[in-house]
Amino acid sequence: MIEQILFFCVLCLAIFFFAKSLRFIIRNIKLGKDLNLSDQKSTRFKTMLKVAFGQTKMAARPVPFILHFLVYAGFLIINLEVLEIIIDGLFGTHRVFSFMGGFYDFLIGSFEILALLVLVSCVVFLIRRNVLRIKRFFGREMTAWPKADANYILIIEIVLMAAFLKMNAADYLLQNMGAEHYVKAGSFPVSKYLFAPFFEGFSQSNLILIERAGWWFHILGILAFLNYLPFSKHFHIMLAFPNTYYSNLNAKGGLTNMASVKKEVELMMDPSADPFAAPAPDPDAPPTRFGAKDVTDLDWRQLMNAYTCTECGRCTSECPANITGKKLSPRAIMMATRDRLDEAGKCLDKNGEINDGKSLLNDYITEEELWACTSCNACTEACPVNIDPLSIIIDLRRYLVLEESKAPNELNMMSTNIENNGAPWQFSQQDRLKWKSE
Amino acid sequence: MLQVPTLAEMKSAGTQPDVLFWVGCAGSFDDRAKKITKAFALLLEKAGIKFAVLGTEESCTGDPAKRAGNEFLFQMQAFGNIQVMNNYGVKNIVTTCPHCFNTLKNEYPELGGNYVVKHHSEYLQELLNSGKLSIQGGAFKGKKITFHDPCYLGRANGVYEAPRALIEKLDSELVELKRSRAKGLCCGAGGAQMFKEAEKGNKEINVERSEEALAANPDIIAAGCPFCNTMLTDGVKHFEKEDKVKVYDLAELVAKAEDLI
Repeated sequence: MIEQILFFCVLCLAIFFFAKSLRFIIRNIKLGKDLNLSDQKSTRFKTMLKVAFGQTKMAARPVPFILHFLVYAGFLIINLEVLEIIIDGLFGTHRVFSFMGGFYDFLIGSFEILALLVLVSCVVFLIRRNVLRIKRFFGREMTAWPKADANYILIIEIVLMAAFLKMNAADYLLQNMGAEHYVKAGSFPVSKYLFAPFFEGFSQSNLILIERAGWWFHILGILAFLNYLPFSKHFHIMLAFPNTYYSNLNAKGGLTNMASVKKEVELMMDPSADPFAAPAPDPDAPPTRFGAKDVTDLDWRQLMNAYTCTECGRCTSECPANITGKKLSPRAIMMATRDRLDEAGKCLDKNGEINDGKSLLNDYITEEELWACTSCNACTEACPVNIDPLSIIIDLRRYLVLEESKAPNELNMMSTNIENNGAPWQFSQQDRLKWKSE
Repeated sequence: MLQVPTLAEMKSAGTQPDVLFWVGCAGSFDDRAKKITKAFALLLEKAGIKFAVLGTEESCTGDPAKRAGNEFLFQMQAFGNIQVMNNYGVKNIVTTCPHCFNTLKNEYPELGGNYVVKHHSEYLQELLNSGKLSIQGGAFKGKKITFHDPCYLGRANGVYEAPRALIEKLDSELVELKRSRAKGLCCGAGGAQMFKEAEKGNKEINVERSEEALAANPDIIAAGCPFCNTMLTDGVKHFEKEDKVKVYDLAELVAKAEDLI
């Protein structure tokens, strides 16, 4: 009974703290500008099924695709077991789903096989990161914390799977002994061979201790991991779904047309427009900027993109600027946006407003990075969860140009040429047809 | 001599073209790109297409301004161009520049410019399929041709097959680059990079891409964009291979096969 009460308390605490973290992140995402994406629901749903659930974009790289798919499938399916563990924990039952008989044996058997596959995949992942040192896991933005975060996730998953198998092994032996409370249920094709031999000859009370320890370790580990997620790149396991649902469904080449600029251009070009017809600006309204200087100038989808990024580096490894040694890394753009948003959110909680005097541009992302982009869309194509670093780069460029007139000089000259003679070079518009007679 | 009527001339003659050939700034002013423009115009003429250009009424679509962050200038350009085209009742556009293609197709509709826009590779493929053009002779028979996917044609708009279909019609051998189609590497000119020096790095992007293209050991590198063409031509020169490997636009290849140039 004490065990049940203790479990109930732990469960409540875990859910409470997770909900708190979740609220912080959702609130932060909502700091972004409004963007109506309530259209094309069925296309959106299909995109989510295909890209997030079906992981189609991962297939471009077969080895990580297979390994990742095993971990992903394992995670989804083994969660059924977690449900049983929670019910057992709350009501003091043991293997409450065992009434399913043969099907239950099949379930537990497949969980065990999956657990082993997850464990092996995570070990291979660790080797890829730390022994093979695959290039895309390194780079300027992959400082100590992102590297440690990746390793922690893998180690936690390995430990959790091991605890699960250890618990099953002890359970299997207890069932064979005919121990009270341990009903004969489930099949243990992995733990029977991998862990059970170590416990052979243990007394019943020791085995119960091992089984209980494995049980507690597994569930406490899962609850702790749940609370680690919002602080980690691993949060992609949740946000990948909404993020792909709200994917950009238009042709990748089209950039948004800024509505605020459209209004100004229309007023300017329309001879019959009354410049005073526009409603007087609200003096209390926060000044709106052209383009983005800080995270609050971005839209909520761009901010959700930032929290979705799991730092895999596929974008950066395909970025022509990064490949040729430029400072620009699309992954760094996403990580900077997330880190700044986190910081701004904390500042808001503390001071009631974002007044730390910092901004995404300059404090996190430099002009040098922004101007190195060729807008080629290699990054958006490569991202397995449809994150769009390019739109952030363009919004920051817009701020630099429209608010601060801070484009590289050659681009200013290009703009002047377009303005004066309708071409990026200094040629007269009157000469446009000369090619015909040359 | 090549007949290239303007929309204004056609209007005063009381007729309308089937398609507007949007020449673009590179196609109008860049010496290399002007040859592409001419090759395509010759093909249109040969196919008997009733086409026109805007001539001095054409102005930059605003693509490089928009990518450089100057949305204001972009929209001013768009506003002007849309007004001109809508006044002429333009419905169909074909262009030899993927940047113009992308902007006209994806960014103009919201600003009031609704046209059916095609890249010249798609347009040429249609002309060949409908029999208005037919490739004869074997100018490129047995030649190895590789194709560099322009970002604004491929990834940006999903056009991968039309350029390849053209090359295959030339009776030549199409060799794919290591990074092709959706994984194609940029030539380095997009996003207004064409008009500025690159940021500090350890290599120029066009050198990286040209190196890859030369590694495929082609006789010809085919491009579908005047800017890619410039970048790759420079890259081939960087490796001093300009005598062995030529960079041609798709329109030039078809025009050569037709003995037009």
